[in-house]
Amino acid sequence: MAKFSLFPESASTIAGQVDGLFFFMIAVSTFFGLLVAGLVVFLSIRYRRRSDAVATDPPLLNSLRLEVAWTIIPFLISMVMFYWGASVYVTMARPPDDAEEIFVVGKQWMWKLQHIEGRREINELHVPVGQPIKLTMTSEDVIHSFYVPAFRIKADVVPGRYNTLWFEATKVGTYHLFCAEYCGTEHSKMIGSVYVMEPSDFQEWLSGGSGSAARSAAPVEVGRTLFAEKGCVTCHKAEGSMMGPSLVGIFGSERELAAGTRVVVDEDYLRESVLNPQAKIVAGYQPVMPTFAGQLDEEELLALVQYIKSLEPVDARDESAEAHAGQGEGNG
Amino acid sequence: MSEAAAAHAHDEHHHEGGFVSTYLFSLDHKMIGKQFLLLSLFMMIIGGLLALMVRWQLAYPEQPVPGLAWVPEPYLYDGIIPPETYNMLFTMHATIMIFFVVIPILVGAFGNFLIPLMIGTKDMAFPILNMLSFWIAAFAGGLLISSFFVEGGAAAGGWTAYAPLSAAEVYTGVGLGQDLWIISLVVLGISSMMGSINYITTIINMRAPGMTMFRLPLVVWSLFITAILLLLALPELTAAMAMLLFDRRFGTAFFLPEHGGEPILWQHLFWFFGHPEVYILILPGMGIASEILSVFSRKPIFGYRAMAMAMIAIAFLGWVVWGHHMFQSGMNPTMGMAFMTTTMVIAVPSAIKTFNWLGTLWGGNIHFTTPMLHALAFVSMFVIGGLSGIYMAATPVDIFIHDTYFIVGHIHYVVFGGSIFAIFGGIAYWFPKMYGRMMNETLGKIHFFGTLLFFNITFFPMHIIGIGGHMRRIYNPEQYEFLEPLLHWNEIMTIGSIGLGIFQIVFAVNFFWSMFAGEKATQNPWHANTLEWEAPTPPPHGNFLVTPTVYRGPYEYSVPGEKEDWLPQARPGSGVAAAH
Ligand code: HEC
Ligand code: HEM
Ligand SMILES: [Cu+2]
Ligand SMILES: [Cu+2]
Repeated sequence: MAKFSLFPESASTIAGQVDGLFFFMIAVSTFFGLLVAGLVVFLSIRYRRRSDAVATDPPLLNSLRLEVAWTIIPFLISMVMFYWGASVYVTMARPPDDAEEIFVVGKQWMWKLQHIEGRREINELHVPVGQPIKLTMTSEDVIHSFYVPAFRIKADVVPGRYNTLWFEATKVGTYHLFCAEYCGTEHSKMIGSVYVMEPSDFQEWLSGGSGSAARSAAPVEVGRTLFAEKGCVTCHKAEGSMMGPSLVGIFGSERELAAGTRVVVDEDYLRESVLNPQAKIVAGYQPVMPTFAGQLDEEELLALVQYIKSLEPVDARDESAEAHAGQGEGNG
Repeated sequence: MSEAAAAHAHDEHHHEGGFVSTYLFSLDHKMIGKQFLLLSLFMMIIGGLLALMVRWQLAYPEQPVPGLAWVPEPYLYDGIIPPETYNMLFTMHATIMIFFVVIPILVGAFGNFLIPLMIGTKDMAFPILNMLSFWIAAFAGGLLISSFFVEGGAAAGGWTAYAPLSAAEVYTGVGLGQDLWIISLVVLGISSMMGSINYITTIINMRAPGMTMFRLPLVVWSLFITAILLLLALPELTAAMAMLLFDRRFGTAFFLPEHGGEPILWQHLFWFFGHPEVYILILPGMGIASEILSVFSRKPIFGYRAMAMAMIAIAFLGWVVWGHHMFQSGMNPTMGMAFMTTTMVIAVPSAIKTFNWLGTLWGGNIHFTTPMLHALAFVSMFVIGGLSGIYMAATPVDIFIHDTYFIVGHIHYVVFGGSIFAIFGGIAYWFPKMYGRMMNETLGKIHFFGTLLFFNITFFPMHIIGIGGHMRRIYNPEQYEFLEPLLHWNEIMTIGSIGLGIFQIVFAVNFFWSMFAGEKATQNPWHANTLEWEAPTPPPHGNFLVTPTVYRGPYEYSVPGEKEDWLPQARPGSGVAAAH
């Protein structure tokens, strides 16, 4: 029999902070729980029926002061919890800038994961220790939820949008990965493992290791190919054209829409632009872009999004041919 | 008023008119209340048996359920529960318990029986509407039960029916069963709407002379606020249900992302109804506990106005906290922060009420009757449920324990520890007025102590395994290696639940035995102040021989200088002056 411990093993930078808050709440609630239960028992015995005569004890002063006290004190305690909770929550919600991105696609009843370098995994996730990891997640069918108890993280994996989750593992080892959101008949079998490795082992693993069947092109490359194959290039030239706007450098920028509103370009916006182009029309263009819904699966969509994200305008690095072409044209 | 009077007069002609008009299509609010009570207790047996099957599977996964070898495939395989059936079991258990047990008893049974008696009037404002509301609820219950027997079986999308799982047959393999689930809840909603309109109208218009709003017993306040919440929440749920049905059957895509729908919209719609709903489940319980605590402490309720105000505050705040069910759905952290604040704040009125109940006990002269024991348990158990709610209000903690057994523990401490204990207390307390006889105290106490003990054995460990990472709604916990050290709890909880079930038999025996053979009750066996005890036992049609006039608030117990320790609302004159 393993020794009893309240929490599962903790193996991420955030786990300690969550447990700290948790312990505070256990302390507060045990105190109040025992206080109230204790008072119920104590008062019941102290004031048990004595006779049928009128109670003669001095009644508890029906004082305003008492009522104000037991309004203010719980309120203050709850605000302490709020403040503490909010500060941890902010940390959990913001992935660090140097986080390595991994793509997750959930489906009934398995996890499909892909590293930025292209390596794919099913129901397994290998990550290096001490490196922040950002997961960009979506689902092919119903809602799932990515849950690693040892990291104290959980986020729903929702079809039709990208949710993100980040963690930094602190201990080498193998941890359980579950689907926490009930997702149909075999929900309880949607199980996986997270392997946390030394960075050097991880690099070795990533570069192929033994079985290299899982190796495939990096999402950016897949996206580049799709961009050509699906005919996106005909309208979206790097320098822009009458047919469609240039997509170079749009990620993270603010777009002006024909409707007069503005929108920040993020993964969800790019996804929507491909699947439902009529939803938000860029100012100055005609709504001529056809929908690609049904022609691309979730992984291809992620690859396209990844490719568009990689298009950088004035670029020293030479990864993006389009960016270069655009720059060359401008100079010429 | 005149309508009610007319209906009532009409009814009186046929009073002796026979079984059908007395017991089936009665227009008498008391009979309708009792009909709701019996229907819901019957549904409770079904819901409870489903829960025992769920518990069996969790403790002894994929072993045959004793005594169920006869159940045909594909429901069970030689008594072994397959995952499809397991998912139906927990879905239907929760749906039945919440919608067909707790709400109909609190609102349908107690609301109907108590409101006219406690405000001092002859009947509800709309007796025919009232009668229809019962039969519509019974029809909805029939629809829900029938869904077990259609092809594909009953709904298996969870009681929260998250889309897209619930929005297309392919995802669960359940077809007509899920449709019937939706239709049944829409029909039930119609019944509740009728009831709510009736309660609100009755309480506003038909109070006895002298019965001001701030002389209303707290249980009437709680039912009044509950009726308002129901009236505002149900249309929204009905709309959401209709959208879900349209997605399933008529090609719309409100919640289906592949056609541009938004699955998260369902969660917003469901919880915008769902959170007020959980207060609908507890407010009447708080009201019942307040009555009982005051009567059996022989003391005025501590802070009457604060108690009413706290309920009003809960009713307002209850509309702005729904997002706490969705912290991990991909919510914008700014919204998450807002919902965290409101959820923290809504715990404050609950804390106020708890301390006021304790203040009521202070200096009292406590009579340990069965109703009182249940009310004391209500306070202690509700506090545990309220405190576990705070954990979940803190987003980082909730992200960890969401969708684990911790949540299941929370639900059961508030709904069973809270509402169900209040219900048992309320039944024992008002039984003499309902059936003219007392319930047996010995059996009542055996039932109480057994229930309290086994309730805690069944539900407390859920917090522990939840923190340990045991998820809810999983078919077979033995598949998870890291849960191994926790699995013995599952067995303990299952044994607890069997004990819990067995002690409910004591209640059933007591209930029916007392109904026919209990000690005859006097008009006011508990020496209580409120108006229902002014009516004869059991009250005839029309309730009061003369309409009572109200002279004071409901909780004047142990007034100094009085020779008795109670001072009924309807007793004229200043009691103190008369005594000297
Ligand atoms: C027939 C020409 C055409 C094709 C083919 C086309 N698009 Fe577009 N696209 C447009 C036009 C015109 C707009 C601007 C109007 C709008 O927002 O719909 C646009 C807008 C966009 C936007 C939003 C850009 C912004 O500036 O905010 C994205 C992203 C996008 N397209 C991606 C794609 C991808 C990926 C493909 C290939 C799978 C594609 N497009 C194929 C014409 C096209
Ligand atoms: C002190 C007040 C309370 C607070 C702060 C509170 C807080 C919460 C929170 C944050 C959740 C969502 C947890 C999650 O899914 O991650 C929740 C769930 C729930 N609460 Fe409460 N709660 C309180 C009182 C109540 C009461 C009085 C009831 C009903 C009588 C109730 C019934 C429920 C139910 C049924 C759920 C679970 C819904 C589901 O996911 O199936 N709660 N509560
Ligand atoms: Cu899943
Ligand atoms: Cu809630």
